[in-house]
Amino acid sequence: MKRTACLLIFFVTALSVGCSRQPKTFVLVAKPTAYGTAIVESSGGKQTAGVGTPLLQPVVLQVNDEQGNAVTGALVILHGPSGIYLDPAAGTTDSSGQFTTNVSLGVIPGRYQITASTTTKTGKTAELKIEEIAFGYQEMLGSQLNDQYCARCHNQESSPERVSNYDNLEVKPHPFTEGDTLNKMSDADLTAIISHGGPALNKSPLMAPYGYTLSKSEIQAVIAYIRMVSDPPYGAPGIVYAQK
Amino acid sequence: MRLPDPLEKLRQRFFGDTVRTFGWISLLLLILLAIAPAKNHFADWRRYQRGYEHLIRTRSDAVTLQRHFEPGVQQIWLPEMGVVDRCTTCHSALKETTLMDVTIQPYRHHPDIPHKLDEFGCSVCHRGQGTATSVEDAHQSTLAWEEPILPAKYLESSCGQCHQQDLKGTPQLNLGRKMLTQYGCVHCHTVKRPDGSTITGTDDPPTLTHIADKTSREWIYAWLKDPQAYATTATMPNFKLKDEDARDISAFLISSSTPASLKLVQASLDAAKKVKDDAALQTKAASLYGESFCASCHAVQNAAGNLVGGNVGPELTKVGSKVKPEWLQAWVRNPHDYDPPTGMPHYRFSDQEVGLLTGFLMGKSDSDLLANVHLDAATPEQIAHGKRLVNDYGCASCHEINGIKRPENFAPELTKIGSKPANQLAFAPGVPHTLYDYINAKIRQPRAFGPGLKMPQYTFNTAQVDALMNALLSHNERALTMPAAKTVAALPVSHYEPAGKAGQLITDLNCFSCHAINGRGGDMAPDITWEGSSVQRDWLVQFFRNPNTLRPALIRRMPKFNLTDAEINTLTDYIMTVYQSPKIDRDSMPLSGYSAGQVELGKQLYYSKYSCQACHIIDTKQDKGYIGPTLSHVGSRLTAAWVYNWMKDPQALRPGTQEPKRNMSDDDARALTAFLMSQKGRDGQEAKKR
Repeated sequence: MKRTACLLIFFVTALSVGCSRQPKTFVLVAKPTAYGTAIVESSGGKQTAGVGTPLLQPVVLQVNDEQGNAVTGALVILHGPSGIYLDPAAGTTDSSGQFTTNVSLGVIPGRYQITASTTTKTGKTAELKIEEIAFGYQEMLGSQLNDQYCARCHNQESSPERVSNYDNLEVKPHPFTEGDTLNKMSDADLTAIISHGGPALNKSPLMAPYGYTLSKSEIQAVIAYIRMVSDPPYGAPGIVYAQK
Repeated sequence: MRLPDPLEKLRQRFFGDTVRTFGWISLLLLILLAIAPAKNHFADWRRYQRGYEHLIRTRSDAVTLQRHFEPGVQQIWLPEMGVVDRCTTCHSALKETTLMDVTIQPYRHHPDIPHKLDEFGCSVCHRGQGTATSVEDAHQSTLAWEEPILPAKYLESSCGQCHQQDLKGTPQLNLGRKMLTQYGCVHCHTVKRPDGSTITGTDDPPTLTHIADKTSREWIYAWLKDPQAYATTATMPNFKLKDEDARDISAFLISSSTPASLKLVQASLDAAKKVKDDAALQTKAASLYGESFCASCHAVQNAAGNLVGGNVGPELTKVGSKVKPEWLQAWVRNPHDYDPPTGMPHYRFSDQEVGLLTGFLMGKSDSDLLANVHLDAATPEQIAHGKRLVNDYGCASCHEINGIKRPENFAPELTKIGSKPANQLAFAPGVPHTLYDYINAKIRQPRAFGPGLKMPQYTFNTAQVDALMNALLSHNERALTMPAAKTVAALPVSHYEPAGKAGQLITDLNCFSCHAINGRGGDMAPDITWEGSSVQRDWLVQFFRNPNTLRPALIRRMPKFNLTDAEINTLTDYIMTVYQSPKIDRDSMPLSGYSAGQVELGKQLYYSKYSCQACHIIDTKQDKGYIGPTLSHVGSRLTAAWVYNWMKDPQALRPGTQEPKRNMSDDDARALTAFLMSQKGRDGQEAKKR
């Protein structure tokens, strides 16, 4: 009897151990050969891409020492929210003190904050946070409309291919990244100003009305885009109920 | 049968008599019967539904959410599309807009899209197994079902199942479709749309019938070995040829070439030779290259390594290492002589100008390109081997080659590639066993799938591969069986051919390379389908003589073709009579003679109510708007009827134009027309100060 019970317990344990699917991941990390004190961004932050797609430019980070010189062989480890894919997620800086990684964003539209850290000589960690933005369908549509109708005036960046009209305007338009101003405007206000032009909110008539050119859903898409790129980020107000 | 002792004891104990046996067997049966309800009770979806109820309980609009929530297995059934989707069983919050901030799956709200969940279901776009009620069955590739959820980066492909046109919200799909036709994919692979039409290439692979006149065997060899070494933008893929294969193909191509009837003008050749050592001539040639706006179509790499110029024609950074001066002077004189269907316009250059440009372009060479190429004279065996290789690699799928027939169905048809079962695919080692990874790997590393494969190596970046994946995945079984009511057909391809003498001129000048007319042509320059209603004849004549730019910020501009007066008359007459909009009567409004009051009213509207100065310039001293065309001469350029109709609805006249529709009253439109028509741009008549 006892033996049977023992056997039974053994089998059950063996089964449960065999069937438990604990994925064991080992992150292979190269050993640092040098230590810096700070980590800075060289390029690749604040990029936008569709959900689930890789960013066009890699993220390049640099590790510096106290004097601000680049450090070769310092360890850089990246962490991101779930869904983000970093290739590679850790490694040591190259001969110019830089660490380059390719980033694919997750499937949820929104901001993705990547934390890069490096260990200093004293065993502390220096951190840097960079943000990338993933566009959903609406934001993607909005960014296309922005390119077609808005960017010439609302974007100060000028290239030979597309000369900015920003400097030519007497009353300066708000760049869409200007969260301090635009976050205070409600969706209804933005809809009004896009549909009926600046005068709708007692602002400059240099902003033309687009309500007869864009459909309602297109205007919504533009607003979704504006909300997504704004800096500081736009926090949608929750539902407000009347007090009892 | 006797069992060993301890077991025999056990048997005696449990099954010793009938009652015991019955008891034990009943118990076993009961346990077995309990499995089904237990499985149901512990099903994934119940856990998720409990989780959802827990989630909404703490929210401020819990009552509303609870009312919307329906427990139990949910299903969207759309028989005409073959959709049975139970995804909403676990994804309970897809329609709850107030749950925007929830980021944990499966309780996220679906981002806004133009389609309703109840009309299309989930698996039409996301794939996966709609009928499944467990996480693994629904999302992953299992033995019974091998279609996993479509990765988010390929989602746009699902739009392409029904929409055969370009869509604003699907940049990846649009790019992928463009690449499919531009990079020669469809020359080898047949790809049919669901309506049965075959996708045709929009690229124009050069004919090789007179290749020996154009370039040297050494260049062909270097090009075959690595096309991107000659030009980074080259669309020709790398066939990874062995040295002797490239040698033999180049030998065959040269030997099969027949002489073209090129017009050789010694004066031009002499002029070209002088350019090399004469700085003054070089400056002159460079400015002629600039004035002729060659850069609108052709790119050249500058000293910093950046490409400057358009991508309509081939890159010219190293053209001097490629072509022969005899060929180039003939080509610059009239490209149609060598290649009748070319997109390059026939500039009417003088022999001297042809020489200047030829000399200038021959100077754009790279001495390293052919430095290591030394080919001995070709033997008949090499030529025969080269011919066999040309057949094997399907070169004639793209290029016209003497003595080689264009192969039919050279590569596998891709009409259903997006739904090919994974068990029918031969995977390269290391490639995960899903269709998505298979196609991706095929595009990236076609030769990794085994020896003897012919598909060439392209140099696409990640974004391009993803775009192409989107286009390919949209060609699948579902797209072919989609009910007609749900599909949006591709725009019909226009085969518009202008008639008569003017038509010949339009073809000769290749207006279609930049302008669209009646749905045919490029998008670099304005659509001129209704140009006859739009502009005044005198202005058009003047414009052909000397195309001055209308938009200050534009870098791609209309070149001067050096047309004769007779040619200009023919073209202008044709445009003014034929390219007329049925909606606009050109003569319904006068070109001048508006009352001063109306003009003044229009001016006020222009500067205050409509603030046109934001985008346009009328007074060149004070206005700065850069976006629209300069309007200081608009009264002698456009017809009043066109201006009036444009004020009323610009998109109706030119779809997609940036100028917004203002919904202005007839009176305002008339006043603005009067003001604009008063801007004749002659001396002293420029807009007065505001």
